[in-house]
Amino acid sequence: MINIVWGIVFVLIAPVVGGLIAGIDRKITAHMQGRVGPSILQPFYDVGKLFEKEQTVVNETQTFYAICYIIFMIFTGALFFASGDLLLVIFALTLAQIFLVLGAFAANSPYSYVGAERELLQIMAYEPMVILTAVGLFVATKSFNVNEIAATTTPLILLLPGIFLGFLYVLTIKLRKSPFDISTSHHAHQEIVKGVTTEYSGPSLGLIEITHWYETVFLLGFVYLFFGFNPLIGVAAVIVIYLLEILIDNTNARVKWQFMVKSSWLIAAVVSVVNLAALYFLSGGVP
Amino acid sequence: MTYLAKSPWIIHYDASSCNGCDIEILACLTPMYDVERFGIINTGNPKHADIFVVTGSINEANREVIQNIYNQMPDPKVVVAVGICACSGGVFRECYNIAGGIDKLIPVDVYVPGCAARPESIIDGIVTALGVLEEKRKNRVSSPMVTDHDHKAHHKHAEGGAQ
Repeated sequence: MINIVWGIVFVLIAPVVGGLIAGIDRKITAHMQGRVGPSILQPFYDVGKLFEKEQTVVNETQTFYAICYIIFMIFTGALFFASGDLLLVIFALTLAQIFLVLGAFAANSPYSYVGAERELLQIMAYEPMVILTAVGLFVATKSFNVNEIAATTTPLILLLPGIFLGFLYVLTIKLRKSPFDISTSHHAHQEIVKGVTTEYSGPSLGLIEITHWYETVFLLGFVYLFFGFNPLIGVAAVIVIYLLEILIDNTNARVKWQFMVKSSWLIAAVVSVVNLAALYFLSGGVP
Repeated sequence: MTYLAKSPWIIHYDASSCNGCDIEILACLTPMYDVERFGIINTGNPKHADIFVVTGSINEANREVIQNIYNQMPDPKVVVAVGICACSGGVFRECYNIAGGIDKLIPVDVYVPGCAARPESIIDGIVTALGVLEEKRKNRVSSPMVTDHDHKAHHKHAEGGAQ
């Protein structure tokens, strides 16, 4: 059953929540580094400023790709919160990411190209694990429907600890946190300027920022699926996981893409396959 | 209500500076002064920047770079010349390879003198620049496209000496 109301709630509320999460993230990061840090509303100021700036484009289609990126990200999240099909959600997410890559390739700039290639490598690195997560959730609940997965009374985290660990690993890639912030980062000037978003400026960069807020909320919703048996524990787990991501971000240096792809595939292959096999034998060989 | 003054992103370029002013600028980002609490971020990208912070003076090698960075920044934008070399050329003013302060090439909005400029005065200069930035936004000032057409390049070695 599609739950339209939750979809609409996501579209309206997610940018506010996502922006606040980004603000709190920056504040906690600053405190971890012994700084005062910006206001919690700073991400909103940043995006407001970007919309006050002049729009300069290298290639007209860039803006089109940025708009497609946000539309498909909203579609992904709305479909997820409206309890659509998990597989469709995952493929819509990939499509949204591809528009970001196309936008970066549209501008003939070396830094933008490097960023786009690294973004593709990131997609390559996390995609197997994300699909295995959907498979794991299906094996445990016999459903790809988000609502049915979230409403199961069995604690999925106990059935799928390996899958969950693997998903956490790629979550760092998806949230663009160190050590996997290789395609675009505020801290990699000397390396790639700003990677995929190098050639974006003003309002279209603002759109990409808002898209990231939507993405963050959607991904945290994904984490919640593992704890759907108890909403209170679920929300607490989401908060703890995000704090953990901030800690990882602040204590790790950026790695090479080779390490990222190898390690995330290795984890996907070992941890989740072992988890799936264990689940298979525990259920008496009936898939 | 304006957001421009709450989120100034800077791009920092070292134009033949001795590195003294650059170290002071980086000191502004450290926990001691922490300019990020004002929303100031040091971007490495002219297309994302609002404030162009230049240290050092113009020479033959960097004049094209300075113009390029300036032209790539979207409006509204301001230029802050940090250190006496960026303001007027400083002690290098008379050197054969120095063309003078940054304002010889691009319009400068705020001058921060000093050798090296103190972090406090750099922050003060940036805050002053925010006022200029806000005024430019209100009046919808479009910055000029700077070019170097009337500039005569020095002859390189190939045409000199050996002949």
